[in-house]
Parts: sequence; structure tokens; C-alpha cells
Amino acid sequence: MRNTVKIIIFVIFFFVISVFYISLNRETNYNTSSLINKEVPQFKIAYFDKNGSFTKQDLINNNYTLINFWASWCGPCRVEHPVLMKLSAENNLDILGVNFKDKKELARKFLKDLGNPYNFLLKDFEGKQSVIFGIYGIPESIIINNENTIIKKFVGPLSIDDYKEIKEIIK
Amino acid sequence: MLSNLGNSILFISVLVSISIIYLSNKNLKTSNNLIIKNIYQLSLIQSTLIIFCFFTLIAAFIVSDFSLVTVYQNSHSMKPVFYKIAGTWGNHEGSLLLWVIILTIFSFLFLIYNKDHPKKFRLITLIIQNILILGFLFFILFNSNPFSSLSPIPSEGLGLNPILQDPALAIHPPLLYIGFVGSSIYFSAAIASLIVNYSEKSFSFSIKNWVLISWCFQTLGILVGSVWAYYELGWGGFWFWDPVENASLLPWFAMTALLHSIIVFEKRNLFYFWVIILCLITFILSVTGTFLVRSGILNSVHTFASDPTRGVYILLFLSLMIFSSIYLLFKKYKKENYSLNQNSKETFILINNWFMMFYLITVLLGTIYPIFTDALTDNKISVGPPFYNAIIFPIVVIFLIFMAVGPRVKWIKNRFEDIKVYSFILAGSIILNVLILVFIKSYSILSNFIIISALFLIISSLKDGVSALQKNRFDLARIISHASFGFLVLFIGLNHIFSIEKDYNIKVGETKNFENYSIKLEKLDLKDFPNYKAVIGTLEINNNFSNEKNILKPEIRIYDNPKTLTYEASIKTNLLKDYYLTMSNIDRSDYYNIKFQKKPLMIWIWISVVMIVTGGFLRLFKNAKYS
Repeated sequence: MRNTVKIIIFVIFFFVISVFYISLNRETNYNTSSLINKEVPQFKIAYFDKNGSFTKQDLINNNYTLINFWASWCGPCRVEHPVLMKLSAENNLDILGVNFKDKKELARKFLKDLGNPYNFLLKDFEGKQSVIFGIYGIPESIIINNENTIIKKFVGPLSIDDYKEIKEIIK
Repeated sequence: MLSNLGNSILFISVLVSISIIYLSNKNLKTSNNLIIKNIYQLSLIQSTLIIFCFFTLIAAFIVSDFSLVTVYQNSHSMKPVFYKIAGTWGNHEGSLLLWVIILTIFSFLFLIYNKDHPKKFRLITLIIQNILILGFLFFILFNSNPFSSLSPIPSEGLGLNPILQDPALAIHPPLLYIGFVGSSIYFSAAIASLIVNYSEKSFSFSIKNWVLISWCFQTLGILVGSVWAYYELGWGGFWFWDPVENASLLPWFAMTALLHSIIVFEKRNLFYFWVIILCLITFILSVTGTFLVRSGILNSVHTFASDPTRGVYILLFLSLMIFSSIYLLFKKYKKENYSLNQNSKETFILINNWFMMFYLITVLLGTIYPIFTDALTDNKISVGPPFYNAIIFPIVVIFLIFMAVGPRVKWIKNRFEDIKVYSFILAGSIILNVLILVFIKSYSILSNFIIISALFLIISSLKDGVSALQKNRFDLARIISHASFGFLVLFIGLNHIFSIEKDYNIKVGETKNFENYSIKLEKLDLKDFPNYKAVIGTLEINNNFSNEKNILKPEIRIYDNPKTLTYEASIKTNLLKDYYLTMSNIDRSDYYNIKFQKKPLMIWIWISVVMIVTGGFLRLFKNAKYS
């Protein structure tokens, strides 16, 4: 009996430590840097206004794609919006907006007031799809090339410097 | 230059640790009952060296020596000196050095303050502690070296996160480290006690003050962290069940259990192995917490930049600690035979320990469960406040009742003579609760129970205080801590029940009305500060009922290095309530989004925790006086 208890305790600790070890070697979605230079993960996010979903396969038609995660309730998203508007003028960049944990009416009003920079508009009202990209706070933006490789990730509002950097990338 | 100096000191420290282990081992074999002088000297040199090493790093931060990677990444020449210094331990590498300082200081103090205990026990404690020190020194030298240098030398640093530029946060890590790194000394002592079979109750005298010290500082550290979150994060809450907060709470539960069970061991020579187990798990949980935070497998506001090799090292260290502890425990474990009277102080303290273990397991599961589901099933889940609130708060009610009754119970065998008194206290608590319900506001059934049980604990403790005063047997420390814990739960409860939260978009000159209040945005100012610019709003809050006027000035700050936007809450605190106001801008419009919160009795939550710790320090002084 006592030996059984000993073995069980030992096994429990062994199990816990093994799981910790496995977790260490996993690429956590939360670790932003691990996504860079990697291929875009498979995803499927519903369109904002129409039926159907946008998937990874739809990306291939674009030269460069900037995926921007935003919401109407997010103050810094308003700060970066002018930068997105400027970027929307670029020819070889498509902007994919993912509306994150938002309300439809408020999101619409936001775009009506500030302008719509997005070539494609998607919605992720529960924030579940965005986790695939390691998004747990917004705004965040990811730039992808036509081979579906993630080139850079921008955490926080896009600044004028980021704008210049993106222009450099897509040149 | 500083890089070479730092590295040399670290290297010498390794040699000193090895010498201490070698000499202690040699000294073990002599029949003489004295520890040779050299060991004391080396131990003192060891602490001094590490402190000197830490000052070297502080100096590097003060003079902004960007040739050091750590300084380059975490400092900036424009930063105020105070935050340059605080930046020393605000990062992974520097904070590890602080770890080692505490390990060595505790090691030295334990050596000189426990001269009445067997030599073998003291020497083995010293050896184990030095193995821990060596482990961390190697970790610093080979993986997380604060003195790694950079070439060519950058002209400017990357700056410290502005949200970390806060006085509370500057003192938070040192307090917390004294708490959980301090627990290393009773981990070492417990291992030594198992090895040399030192299981007499005098063993408890060697560790109880260290348990108290670490418990007091752990509590203070948690408090300061919580105050910081309240003032700085701008959500208006003070506890978020964030995995890293939980990591600091886990050893706290174990320490609190230990603090109580050690009393039984001291008085009745019972629970030896249970005390040992608690000593072991306290430090093991501390290292587990460090692993979770530093390896980056958890994500939270606190996590340091992650690096998997770092995690592997701590995990290896952790496994060694766990398995050697388990092995030794199994080898030495003897079944203790004791028949406890169900109605005795021993039983009540055991019940306290069950509660602590229950909380510990709940929080531990909530914290690591997401890691397990992610690793084993690829399913990402997050465990948040609803889980903890649902499990912890109902149980608090029963816990508080036991906490009120327990201290009055006698050792060995008790007879309840004062059931009548308790009935009166309970009736009083219920009446007070009803008064709050009737005159202020009604609340949920669970809240009723929590308020009643908290009042019950407070009144019982205060009554104990009065009757003890009459008999002149005054256990002030315990009474203060227990009553303050009652107050803490009471204030948290009332704060939760009576909080008001409102959200508006507002422009200059506009007024918003709700309940008895009106808020007016009077003006906006733009100001320049040394390392940031700020938009400062002036808002007038009027309580139409009491005609009380308050001006609050929340800020939107734009920092330069690194470029960050932060929202500074404006908080007006008085004895009855806090007004808490944050403001954020809405681009291309004249409107600003404001979030107003009224948080009743906020300051009393902090004061209660300070009083709980005061009890701990009082006990410590009393122990010191009598020993």
C-alpha cells in the first residue's frame, strides 16, 4: 500500500514536469517572435458583411497583405487609423481588417467616421480565430508576403515609423 | 570595465561557495561540537561579495553603461536616477542577482543565529543552501549573465517600460523575493533535518522566525504588487487572478499553513513530517512560480521576455529539488501515531491547514490547467476570475468561522464553555449585516454570508483582545492578524458590493449626470515633461446629495523611449471611498472616453493587509525578545 502511494506521488510529479517540459518546447501562440519567418497558419475567419469565410488560400492572390486586428472600443486603434488610411493608398498591399470582440453597429460607425482602409473586412467577435495569430491584445498588425510567410508583426498602434518600414518592405 | 569586475566577482563567489561546501563537509567529520571559524568568515565574505556585485550592476545602471546588454535593454540615459536604480532588479538578469543576495544573506544569518542547534544539522543546512546558491550562480554565469557585454557600445539604451516606472513597482520585487527566496532557508533546514534525523521539537525553534520573516515580506510584496496594479494598470481592480499574481499566492498559502502547523509542532511535538512537507513545498512552489514566469510558458502582464533555454535550466533545477525531496522524505518517513481530540487546538490548526491546502490546490490547478490542456490536447483555454470567485469565496465563509473560534480552543482537550458568547457575537454580526442591508443597499445571499462571517471573526477577535487584556495574557500579534483578516474580507466584500462604474464619451464643457453625481469635463491641457508629453483633463465630480466637489485630472501620456501611450488614472482617495477616473482619446473627434468608478473603502483594504503583516512582525519581535 505504502509503495503504491509512493509510486503514485512520483508519477504525478514526473507527469507535471514532463508537461512543463513539453510546453517549453512548444511554439506558443503568445510568443510573437516565434511566428516571424514562418508560414501563416491555417485559418478561417468569417466575412464582416457577407456570408462565407476568408481562408489562408485567399491570401495567395495578394502581393503583400497586412492583417490588422482592431475594434471600435480600442483607443489606440483610433490612433493608428490614419496610418492605415495612408497605407490603403499603396498598390501592392492589401489590408485585411479583423474586427476583434466588437459590436457590429459600433464597428460600422467607426469605419464610417474615420474611413475604411480595408480591402477585406472580417469579424472575430469572440476573439477565437485571432489567437491563431498570437493576438490577445489589440491593435496588432501582421505583414505577410505572397508566399504566405509572416514578415513582421507590429504590436500596438502603427506609428509613422512603422508606416515607413512597411513601405520599405513592400517596395 | 564593470563587465569584467562583475564577472570576476561572480566567479570568485562560485569558488567561495565550493569552499564552504568543502569545509562544511570536512568539519562534519570532526568530533568537536564547534563549527570552525573559517566557515563563518567565508559565509560572510560570500554575502558581501554578492552585495558588492549587485552594487556594481547598480553603478552600471546609474552611469548608463550601455556596454552591458542588460543596461542597454532596460535603461535609458534620460531616465530619472531612481528608476535607473530600480531598473537593476526590474529585469530577469538583475533580479536573479537579487535572488542570490537573499540566498546568501539568509544562509549567513541562519548560521550565526542558530548556535544552540546540533552542529551536523547546521552544517548540512549550510551545504544544501550553498548547493542552491551554486545552482543559481551557474544559472547567472552561463545563461542569464547581467554582465554580458556588447560591442560596439550603443549610444543610447532601449529604455524601461514606462508602466514599470512606478515607486510601488520599484519596491515590489525586493519584498516579494525576501518572501519566497527566504523560504529557501527552511527548505535547506528541512532537508538537513531529514538527513540527520533531527526531529525533536527544538527543530521548530530553528526555523519558525524564518517562516515568519518570509511570510511577512511575502504578504507585503503581494500587497505592493496589488497596489501597483490598482494605481497603474487603470482597470480599477486590485486583483486579477493573473497567473503571475497566482504564482506569488501559492507559496503564501503554504507559508501560512506552515506558520500555523509549526505552533502545534512546537507545543505538542506533533506533525513533524507535515511541517517538513510544508517547508519543502513552500520553496518548491516558489521555484515553480519562477519557472512559470521566466520561461514564458504563461503569458501575462508580468512575463519577462522569454527564452526556452532559461526555462530548461530552471526546470532541471526544479526537478532535482522535487525528486531529491521526495526520495529523502520517502526514505525517512515514519508513521506518526497520534490521536487527536476532535475538539482541541491541534485539530483546529489542522483544519486551518486543510483550508490552506484547498486554496493552494484550487489556485494551482487554475494556474497550470491551461498549460496542460494546451500541451496535451492543443486546446487553448483560459481560467479567469469566475472560476476562482466561484470556488474560493463560498469556502471563505466557513474558513472565517473556524478562524474566529480556533484560537480560543484549548490544547489537547477543549470544552466549549462560551457557546453562549459565540451565539451573541453571531447574532450581533447578523444584526449589523441587516442594518447595512436596510440602510444602504441589498446584495446577494453569498455576500450576506461573507459579510456576516467576516463580522463574526472581527468581533470574536476583538472580544478575545478585551478579555485577554483583563487576564493580562495578551497575544496581541495573533489578535491583530486575525481581526485584520476579518476586516480585509469585510472591506473587499463591501467594496465589491457598493462600487459604481460608469462609462461616457464626453467633450470639453459637457456634463453627464447619473445617480447623485454629475461629471463635467472642464478643460484639457497639453504639458511637456522630461521623458513624456501628457494630455491632462480636468474633470469636476459633483455629489449633488452631499454637495461634495472633487477635481480629478486623468492623463494620456505619450512616452518617447520606447514609444508608448499610457493612460494614467486619476484617483482621489479619502477614508470612505476612492474616485477613480481614466480618460482615453477618440481620434478625429472632440470626444474623450472617460471611465468613472467609485470604490468605497479602498484604502481600508490596504490598511487591513498592513495590519495583518504588523501582527506577523509583532510576533517576530516577541520571539526575538524571549529567545
